Amino acid sequence: MSLPRYRSAQWDEPVVLEMGRPGRRGHLPPQVEDDVAPLAELVPAGLRRAAPPRLPELSEFEVQRHYLHLSQMTLGMMGINLFGTCTMKYNARVSEHVAARPELAELHPGQPLETLQGVLRIVHDFERIVCELSGMARFVFQPGGGADAAYTHACVTRAWLAARGELGRRTEVITTIQTHPCNAATAAAAGFDVVTLPLGPNGYPEIEALRAALSDRTAALMVGNPDDMGIYNPELKQWVELVHAAGGLAFYDSATFNGVMSRVRARELGFDACMYMLHKTFGAPKGGGGPAVGAYGCSEELVPFLPRPLVTFDGERYGLEQVEEAPQSIGKVREFWGNVPVVVKAYAWVRALGAAGIRDAADLSVLANNYMETRMARLRGVARTNPGVAAPRLEMTRWSLEQVREETGVDVHDISNRMVDFGVDAPWLAHEPWLTPEPITPEPGELWSKEDVDTWIDVLAHVIEEAYTDPEKVRSAPHNHAIAQVDLSRIDDPSQWATTWRAHLRKRAATSAGAGA
Amino acid sequence: MTRTAHPYMANSAPALRQELLDAVGVADAEELFAQIPADHRLRGELRLPPALRSEAELQRHLRETLQRNVSCEQRLSFLGGGVWQHHVPAVCDEIAQRTEFVTSEWGTPASDLGRNQAWFEFASQLGELLELDFAGLPVYSWGCAAGHAIRMAARITGRREVLVPATLDRERLAVIRSYCAPPQVRDHVAIAEVAVDPATDRLDLADLEAQLARGSAAAVYVEHPTSLGALEPQVAEIARLARAAGAETIAGVDPLSLGILSPPGAWGADIAVGPTQPLGIHMNCGGGSGGFIATRDEERYARQYPTLQVSVAPTRGERPDERGFSMTLFEQSSYGRREEGNDWTGNSVYLWAVVNATYMALLGPQGFAELGETIVRRARDAARRIAALPGVEVPFPDHFKEFVVSFEGTGRTVAEVNAGLLERGIFGGQDLSASHPQLGQSALWCVTEVHSRDDVERAVAALAEVIA
Repeated sequence: MSLPRYRSAQWDEPVVLEMGRPGRRGHLPPQVEDDVAPLAELVPAGLRRAAPPRLPELSEFEVQRHYLHLSQMTLGMMGINLFGTCTMKYNARVSEHVAARPELAELHPGQPLETLQGVLRIVHDFERIVCELSGMARFVFQPGGGADAAYTHACVTRAWLAARGELGRRTEVITTIQTHPCNAATAAAAGFDVVTLPLGPNGYPEIEALRAALSDRTAALMVGNPDDMGIYNPELKQWVELVHAAGGLAFYDSATFNGVMSRVRARELGFDACMYMLHKTFGAPKGGGGPAVGAYGCSEELVPFLPRPLVTFDGERYGLEQVEEAPQSIGKVREFWGNVPVVVKAYAWVRALGAAGIRDAADLSVLANNYMETRMARLRGVARTNPGVAAPRLEMTRWSLEQVREETGVDVHDISNRMVDFGVDAPWLAHEPWLTPEPITPEPGELWSKEDVDTWIDVLAHVIEEAYTDPEKVRSAPHNHAIAQVDLSRIDDPSQWATTWRAHLRKRAATSAGAGA
Repeated sequence: MTRTAHPYMANSAPALRQELLDAVGVADAEELFAQIPADHRLRGELRLPPALRSEAELQRHLRETLQRNVSCEQRLSFLGGGVWQHHVPAVCDEIAQRTEFVTSEWGTPASDLGRNQAWFEFASQLGELLELDFAGLPVYSWGCAAGHAIRMAARITGRREVLVPATLDRERLAVIRSYCAPPQVRDHVAIAEVAVDPATDRLDLADLEAQLARGSAAAVYVEHPTSLGALEPQVAEIARLARAAGAETIAGVDPLSLGILSPPGAWGADIAVGPTQPLGIHMNCGGGSGGFIATRDEERYARQYPTLQVSVAPTRGERPDERGFSMTLFEQSSYGRREEGNDWTGNSVYLWAVVNATYMALLGPQGFAELGETIVRRARDAARRIAALPGVEVPFPDHFKEFVVSFEGTGRTVAEVNAGLLERGIFGGQDLSASHPQLGQSALWCVTEVHSRDDVERAVAALAEVIA
């Protein structure tokens, strides 16, 4: 095998605030005519800024070059990126191009509806698509990410309980330890107490644990399935029935939809609500963390509580139903309708694939993961989690490198830092708390070629071999990037942390003064 | 199974798919779904619109559908109220399209050095504008930033009430209401409205003092300019009164005003929030929204952030001055502590933060000063000309880019006025008649650097016709 001889660009780019020379300009705003009243007459001196902001003074090209250099020192998805739980798929250029057109980019959400008929049609048609994929009655795209969709569910649960006179009495949200932390966090932020179910011997929580947790305090279940170890809970339908019998709502966090799309519909399992991440499963880009959309769908019963606006269609004309027309609505979780360009990109992705293509994508992502398994299982010191579960995993599998750490002292952080030396992005490990020691969770999805997947495994195999033969090389990685390993030992120390340049300058000066004294 | 390979899926080539099936040792991928019980499975086919597998067909379909819109480039728009039309420099558009930034995920501080540095430069330049030295990565929107800031203040003070101006933007207020939870719920923060002077839209300080005297306020939330566009010259006094009553001062500010207006760090705000969309992001039908949270770099505040924050940090390399950028205080987030973390975090608008950094670097100190001046002068001039129309009033003449226009004296409703303007190719200001009934038939107009004198004159002429 030959490994990629990757080298990062190395531009030694200063922090932008260190750059520039007095008087240089990167942008000239339009000037108003001389006969328009001057600033001094319009804003009293006491309200005016005393000293100009200490921003850099750069020419336009210098700014362009600086941020292009920074982009070139961003590996991200430019090599091979099998970042588990995030479903790294192709973010089609055509969607980016279309979304950047002024017919979308230069729209104001408050424009007269007759001037928004095109975008309303796309949002409407995409809503029909996700309703078909999930079996839900309606969707809303206002939540700005998957976590925001979970928060939306917590808010909808509050409104649903209030309408039944049970808010304040049903105070508990049940989740599982393998469900994404945002479910527990948003439930708590919405004012619920969180009950977290541990895993049972089959890799998912035992139904008895759920039974024991349910009570007349239960407000909702918030659960992801399959989990990010690739385990599917076959008792989920009974779970939903139990939650309903106890008087709660059931929410399906479909973050891992990629492996089950076109096979499983949340509503048919009985769920009252679900969430899809359009920036993951539906082909819109990550942006390093948004703009994103957590598309939140629900049953007919919960529609009155959804945030507004919702898109309407009377057969001829598209419109918006606003909060004022929906007295039980939770109102808003974010201003306006949502990250509309992300919805357009998701719509484009579905149209590019069609029903058969979506089924292919699910099949190929699960097939690719099972192909990975055939090779991963043979790597030195690598063990599949939940070894007692014989059935094939879905779109991802969690592995443990505990043996590697025990035998070499090299841990998964070290291994991640060394993998990036080969142009392979750092893999997903696992959410806190780690249930498996030294976890690593690749997800090949449908984008990456067999050659890419093979290279990724070759790199991991090589790094593991290095851990045995030259552990220091792995522990001190990376070696092929613009900078060496970042020293995180004092990153949470108030005397060192600096989220702004001005804080950094102050603390650096204090440190040198201290050293001088 | 489709016949030909799909361009988005490398292994959809039939031979490749077969190679994988053979390696796994199954005849059909269906065998790999054995975990899913039969009674969980969809029966029948999905009914989705037909595929547009060729890029030419897909692009045409999307383009033709979107071309049914009429954009603010094609019409003259005076809409604002939470998302505003500003000029987006071409370099911002280029950086927003860089695939490295567009598609990046989590990474390591070394391998994604460039992106992390851009994030640090977002917070650093924002800190210079605000004169505050601690800032998180952006949250979803201004309203979300205000909601989180109020919750931060509640945790800091142990109090459960926030005072907000009575004329606060209804869209932001609705978001804040969600974050403040209903009264029956543990996390409830009561929202109390402070009266504003109906003649100026400035906070009524007597009412503020009376409400602060209850001793229950965690925070006073004040906007400068106000939601209705007016300058709030009492900000320093408001902050002083809040502090004396043991409450935090949360400032909502437009970053584009800070080239000319005194920044919140200078007048005593404890937490500053605001929109990031004006900093080089297109309106995107509202999808350009983002919000910032910033404070002084004190543990009292830093340890309450719900966001991710990027800190400068040394490296273990040989060069002593080498540095990188990584997350600080990660463990207090929901990633670190699930339900014990501060609120929650997740995907937000981090790509926009890179573009915001580019925008702030392009403008520099002089650009912000000149842009603020252009906006306020152009907007005041527009307001003055509009107010000269018969029956039309601009009740709060000391404003930044937005201003209220009252059509009460014309006998026309805002709906009628805006319909007439639309016939003349103009999007009139946001109708306030339902959200702010005390203002009667009024609209919130927004004028920025994109508006020329000709635009203003055209709007005034059209208004004259419509109200005649």
